[in-house]
Amino acid sequence: MYAQLVKSDGLKSREEMSPEERAFQDRVDNGEKIEPKEWMPEGYRKTLIRQIGQHAHSEIVGQLPEGNWITRAPTLERKAILLAKVQDEAGHGLYLYSAAETLGVSRDELQEKLHSGKMKYSSIFNYPTLNWADIGAVGWLVDGAAIMNQVPLQRTSYGPYSRAMIRICKEESFHQRQGYAIMMKMASGTPEQKEMAQDALNRFWYPSLMMFGPSDKDSVHSAQSMAWKIKMNTNDELRQKFVNETVPQAEYLGLNVPDDKLAWNEDKQGYDFSEPDWNEFFEVIKGNGPCNRERLNARVKAWDEGAWFRDGLNAYAEKAADRRKAAPVAAE
Amino acid sequence: MSKKEWPLWEVFIRGQHGLNHRHVGSLHAPDAEMAINNARDVYTRRREGVSIWVVPSKDITASSPSEKGPLFDPAESKTYRHPTFFDIPEDVGKM
Repeated sequence: MYAQLVKSDGLKSREEMSPEERAFQDRVDNGEKIEPKEWMPEGYRKTLIRQIGQHAHSEIVGQLPEGNWITRAPTLERKAILLAKVQDEAGHGLYLYSAAETLGVSRDELQEKLHSGKMKYSSIFNYPTLNWADIGAVGWLVDGAAIMNQVPLQRTSYGPYSRAMIRICKEESFHQRQGYAIMMKMASGTPEQKEMAQDALNRFWYPSLMMFGPSDKDSVHSAQSMAWKIKMNTNDELRQKFVNETVPQAEYLGLNVPDDKLAWNEDKQGYDFSEPDWNEFFEVIKGNGPCNRERLNARVKAWDEGAWFRDGLNAYAEKAADRRKAAPVAAE
Repeated sequence: MSKKEWPLWEVFIRGQHGLNHRHVGSLHAPDAEMAINNARDVYTRRREGVSIWVVPSKDITASSPSEKGPLFDPAESKTYRHPTFFDIPEDVGKM
């Protein structure tokens, strides 16, 4: 999940709701889409800004670990594919910022909150990409986990968010498949290449499981978000679904999922698996992951060093507008 | 550091098959020319279109959600505007 630990208010019972809130909840329950200028509870608006903003930030920061390998991709074709993938992530960030902006916050405000550390992005992007197989593992596992969360979000109650999710999901499948294709190549290569693939899986498995957020029993923000349909499934449901789909894919590659307790459970028709280290998760969220500082510094640097360029284009646009205004006068 | 945000534009794309331009989303750009350039990168990476329109978001006038009833309800009772309202005997043939 690209949005973890999104704060929201406690769930309100029907009796506690104002008449407006009740009518709003009825619309959501009926599957109606809520559109930007319509009345909505303040909590709904705020939670959505936090969630969509965090999701957008994840797309943008998510470019960094992959961008790391663009210059070192093993072939020209892989390089072109990786470039296209990273460009998609930029696009996904922009769709989501636009969706957030319909709620009355500006993109620059959101970015300022990212840069000052007031808003978060997904914990997964604070892990380094150390070898080429990591790019495979990121596409396969990280984008795979994101898809688990994003497919149901296409049905979310907020119109602009839903439309952004539909567009993103159309493009996301390419990301996962290109990652898996890299893993297939590596896993069927030399013993050293296969070892790199296994090493990448070892390092990315648990951080990928963390993407879905803490266990349901520790997830305090879910109930209200689920009632509002801005969260469609619980963290544990999605994590289980991800494990069920991913384990056979790892088997096909001939790679071992790094979990001794992993076993098929006939009763629940799913795998039993070990929980990730939640202490590590909370440390990464707090800013103490392997790459937190590096990621944020790279974002802030890009923003600060691009200021002259943004200003230049503004100045040009203003001058051109003035010239257009002056032109008819001069012609007289 | 610059505090002036690029204005917001609404983007409309016409697909391959000669249909109307359709609203696809919005983006920020300093002027119309850059808005077209950005729209190409953000909204047509997979050959989604053959033509782009951009319009400053502030210039769009939208109907208000509270007017939904007066605007759209009157059409509800006028089912005779649809061809299926009329039963034409099969003997008449295709119509």
